[in-house]
Amino acid sequence: MTIELRNVSFTHPDTTGTPLLDIPEWSVAAGQRLFVHGPSGSGKSTLLNLVSGLLECREGEVAVLGERLDRMSRRKRDRFRAHHVGYVFQRFNLIPYLSAIENIELARCFSESRRRQPGGSAIQSLLELLNVASDEWHKPTERLSMGQQQRVAIARALINRPELLIADEPTSSLDQNNRDAFLSVLMAIVNEHDMTLLFVSHDMSLAERFNQVQALSDISRAA
Amino acid sequence: MFFKIALKSLLNRKGSVVMSLLAISVAIFVLLGIEHIRHQARDSFASTVSGVDLIVGAKTGSLNLLLYSVFRMGAPTDNISWQAYQDIASDKDVAWAVPLSLGDSHKGFRVLGTSPEYFEYFSYGNKRKLALSQGGVFEEIYDVVLGAEVARALGYVPGQEIILAHGVVSTDFSRHDNHPFRVAGILAPTGTPVDQTVHVPLAGLDAMHAGSAMSLGSADNAASQFTDAERVPESITAFMLGLKSRMVTFRLQRKINAYGAEPLLAILPGVALSELWQMVGVFENVLRLISMLVLVAAVLGLSAVLLASVRERSHEIHLLRVLGAPPSYLFYLMEMEAILICLSGMALGAAALYICLALVEEALFANFGLHLSPGVLTGDSLIIVALVMSAVLVAAAIPSMRVYLQARGYNE
Repeated sequence: MTIELRNVSFTHPDTTGTPLLDIPEWSVAAGQRLFVHGPSGSGKSTLLNLVSGLLECREGEVAVLGERLDRMSRRKRDRFRAHHVGYVFQRFNLIPYLSAIENIELARCFSESRRRQPGGSAIQSLLELLNVASDEWHKPTERLSMGQQQRVAIARALINRPELLIADEPTSSLDQNNRDAFLSVLMAIVNEHDMTLLFVSHDMSLAERFNQVQALSDISRAA
Repeated sequence: MFFKIALKSLLNRKGSVVMSLLAISVAIFVLLGIEHIRHQARDSFASTVSGVDLIVGAKTGSLNLLLYSVFRMGAPTDNISWQAYQDIASDKDVAWAVPLSLGDSHKGFRVLGTSPEYFEYFSYGNKRKLALSQGGVFEEIYDVVLGAEVARALGYVPGQEIILAHGVVSTDFSRHDNHPFRVAGILAPTGTPVDQTVHVPLAGLDAMHAGSAMSLGSADNAASQFTDAERVPESITAFMLGLKSRMVTFRLQRKINAYGAEPLLAILPGVALSELWQMVGVFENVLRLISMLVLVAAVLGLSAVLLASVRERSHEIHLLRVLGAPPSYLFYLMEMEAILICLSGMALGAAALYICLALVEEALFANFGLHLSPGVLTGDSLIIVALVMSAVLVAAAIPSMRVYLQARGYNE
């Protein structure tokens, strides 16, 4: 299992009372491409933050790749995330004043993987694979189109060869053509690297590309 | 990578960053500049006279006596008689005595009447003797020896004949046109008021005055006096004493101050110099305080600029956290940006100061006899640099802490 949650309850520190998430049991098998949908504000991002270890789980068990995040220190969770989890958001995936190459290097420098593999060539082949033209590699990413930025974001998320890729509404800022292109590239890479994909969106029209579809309300009783 | 992010992030916010960088460089400019000038002024000041045990003049304030005898500033209140000078100079404890006679000027430079011993005994700085760069000391009564700055400013060379005027202000009607003096020698630069002084023999000065009196039609037999190089003046302004033993300084000082025939004052130059410097010291502290306040303002400005950047960078902070950067990374990133601003500000400020000092050096030297060395980075200025750096680090801790807490906040 890539992800296993048991008896997880999460209450936002600002709001007392009803928990935002209440998950008795939820798991995602390795190699799954899971589409989770739900209305905005229903706790999708919170779920992803718990799985990535950005949020601390105070109640219940969160295991990712067999490791118990709820028992790790914050520092250990940060390292675990850097190394094992790739993340793509709807927007703000890149530091705007750094180039594509620098953004990807930045992701590498928090992971141990930088010690294992040579740098430049891996980044370049990844960018080539994602159809980012080489004359865009050294421009500040704020000058790239949204579609290009999202493809660089995938490259950044994949550079450390994570076992789990989390995508949080990654297509919501893209138009129809870019959205399709983005999903095709994403799916191809996920298949090729045999990663687990956890894709969250409110846009049900995307669901058909995934081999498993869940509503957040089926996962969490609170949602 | 850490450094690269800090640098590129700053370059990305050029406007506000440049402003706070300039504020820091102004602060460092002011701090280093004031410290430097203070230092140089004190050194220059303390080294104006040394090796002189007592300075004696008519009874007046000790600072006044110091000012006119050493700094050639202000005017002596009264003269002392040649007789009094002779009496004290012949005291058994006196090793040497050099008379000083002031009151004339030449094109804005003070004229000092003295004896050839002046060049032998007067010393400055760390007991450095006066040295001649060209020519020699007085031989004839109409010889003059020029300070380095006088020769430089007026373009005089040894052998040239010059006209001296009576009184401090050079005006046509009081010029002693009938007494040309010959430039015998030019002194090497000392960085003291000596450089701005025209030295003439006492006899020459006296003859000049006698001659001018004659030209006004009221002189007695001046012609015979002209030939008399050994003639003595009636009075002088002050004199410097070297003693055989320093042990007797205070005894002799008391003796001179109690001199019966006329009121005299003897001062120890070192003591009077430090008294004078203490008066200047008040301004010194005010200047220091002001420069500290400039630093505080600059550092607060830097802190404000960084603090304002926290909000606009919240996506960046979140992204770095997602990539696995620990909150401390963000704290150090912010501090690093502050250090970069501070370092470049300091480099800019120090460079500007260096250039300014080089530019104003001439003017300062000519007008105040203040000799500035352009070397700004001395031991003290390294302390200032460290002080500024720590002030910046402390002030940047506020936005850094803010970023740190925001970064941690994603965990809760």
